[in-house]
Amino acid sequence: MLEKAIKGSKVYYGWMLALLTLIGVGFGFYLWQFNSGLGITGLSRDVSWGFYIAQFTFLVGVAASAVMLVLPYYLHDYKAFGRITILGEFLAVSSVTMCLLFIIVDLGQPTRALNVLLYPTPRSVLFWDMIVLNGYLLLNLVIGWKVLEAERNNVHYPMWLKPLIYLSIPWAVSIHTVTAFLYCGLPGRGFWLTAILAPRFLSSAFAAGPALLILLCLFVRRISKFDPGWEQIQSLAKIVTYAIILNVFFFLCEIFVVFYSQLPEHMDHFKYLFVGLQGKGSLIPFMWTSMILMVLAIILLVPSQFRQNETVLTIACIAVFIGTWIDKGIGLISGGFVPNPLHYVNEYAPSFPELMITIGVYATGFFILSVLFKIAVTIKEELYA
Amino acid sequence: MKSSRRNFLKIAGITALGVGARPAIDTIAAVGGRGPTEPEPILKQNEKALTAKQWAMVVDTRKIKSEKDVAPLYEACHKIHNVPDMPIKRHEIKWIWPEQFHHAFPDLHSEFLSEKIHHTTFPVLCNHCENPPCVRVCPTKATFKRESDGVVVMDYHRCIGCRFCLAACPYGARSFNFFDPREHIKEINLKFARRTKGVVEKCNFCVERLAEGIEPACVEASKGILTFGDLYDPESEVRKLIAENFTIRRKIHLGTSPAVYYIV
Repeated sequence: MLEKAIKGSKVYYGWMLALLTLIGVGFGFYLWQFNSGLGITGLSRDVSWGFYIAQFTFLVGVAASAVMLVLPYYLHDYKAFGRITILGEFLAVSSVTMCLLFIIVDLGQPTRALNVLLYPTPRSVLFWDMIVLNGYLLLNLVIGWKVLEAERNNVHYPMWLKPLIYLSIPWAVSIHTVTAFLYCGLPGRGFWLTAILAPRFLSSAFAAGPALLILLCLFVRRISKFDPGWEQIQSLAKIVTYAIILNVFFFLCEIFVVFYSQLPEHMDHFKYLFVGLQGKGSLIPFMWTSMILMVLAIILLVPSQFRQNETVLTIACIAVFIGTWIDKGIGLISGGFVPNPLHYVNEYAPSFPELMITIGVYATGFFILSVLFKIAVTIKEELYA
Repeated sequence: MKSSRRNFLKIAGITALGVGARPAIDTIAAVGGRGPTEPEPILKQNEKALTAKQWAMVVDTRKIKSEKDVAPLYEACHKIHNVPDMPIKRHEIKWIWPEQFHHAFPDLHSEFLSEKIHHTTFPVLCNHCENPPCVRVCPTKATFKRESDGVVVMDYHRCIGCRFCLAACPYGARSFNFFDPREHIKEINLKFARRTKGVVEKCNFCVERLAEGIEPACVEASKGILTFGDLYDPESEVRKLIAENFTIRRKIHLGTSPAVYYIV
């Protein structure tokens, strides 16, 4: 099936070449970081995780959202999704790949990464994260590939795949739960120390992931002869609607607990993010933009006549995606580290090389996504067009 | 032909997977004992070595009259441990350093504080917690609590630089080598390891000195401000000080049980 990815239009080649260029540039900057150290990033003693780990966290959510297609189709026999589950699974494959790459580029000693396997340490959440992420990657790759292959050959997928498909459903939930546990189990970090963190992660994931899928479906419909289907897109839109409402609700639950209890260790981080602390607040505009986008998205998604309009739906999905991206990809990590445990307010901003490496990783993910989507869409075109 | 090539690739793939998994399997298999022919390695301890169930420190802040009283202990530590002087502040490496009360004890801070406390700086360092969160989160056991004496130490050769321990430590006691530290060491002490870029480091309660029977460098340089001893020996100096004086510890509500006590 891989041959389908090699033959394409000039636009396709151009796109892939552009991605390869970005990958090359990003890799060049990574070599610089590899040789001189993480000092070329904006990270510090106080904000010791930054843009890389934030992107990793956000993308785990995008990856987990494949379950929003797999679950209705395989558990509830919602046939319409059968047409597009492959897109969800392949989106998961590329997202998890990016997650793993973001962890690698964040390591101080990447050549020792396999020490995690050489000295397995089950008491560390990172050990479990490594297992669930790699497992999820493998599950989606095998399931996606095999189901697509069977569909192409007009046969039923092999029966041994069924248990793996069922396994992938709780596994999807596990990747984002375990990722939340990385943060919410740390005693000294009030911003993350809340049981709602994992549910918040999941709700924002199930909003952001399907929102991106809708945008991808609309895009596929425009550029290919394969139509993912309006019913499918509308069902996804309902999922996005409920998920983004839940996400805002969970956030407000957290806000109530933190500010009604008035516990300084928990309040200070929110203050830093939304109004500034000790005169510092570089993230204030981002955080309010994120909030406004999420509320706007709810307004645009709840009335069905809005949601059924393709233009409005597109705007709403972009709002959901950017809003949740700022929330997780910018605010979540910095917010947890500022103020620091000794109550100093030392801010963080990514450096230029750090941004270029980030773009390089995203380009790698999009390259993989493009290859996989190209295969899937070409095969679907043969079948349905 | 096609099918046999596919089978070959399958077998090759499975074999590669098996070879890759070997070290992990070996490690798991090795837990709980070595082979019947391998003799148990014997580590001989220096006869003079200082031992304890849990090393602890008492900081008598009443004896700190000015910054001059404490400056030598920071210097002594950083000098013998090859702690670099990084040019950029956010890359700073610190093993033991001064903090004002409201930074050392942010949860005990109040607007109205005794003039003396307000002007004293408190030496802060790794607390060698009895229940250390940094050890709990480390994915490679590169940081671990020594069963023999409770010191939380680092294996600089195993650390992958994930910085999970920096996120977990509620005392900001850990530093990460953002750049190669070796260019920024003023005077190299060849008796102690230097670090590479990309690994975490912190105070080690001078385990290398304890092994030779000498007290930690900061304690030696502190002229009685710092006292070092076994927390579980009722006759030890630290226990006597804790019994006779009211002491506080940093952020005890987090359940980490720090082993550094402060008399204020």
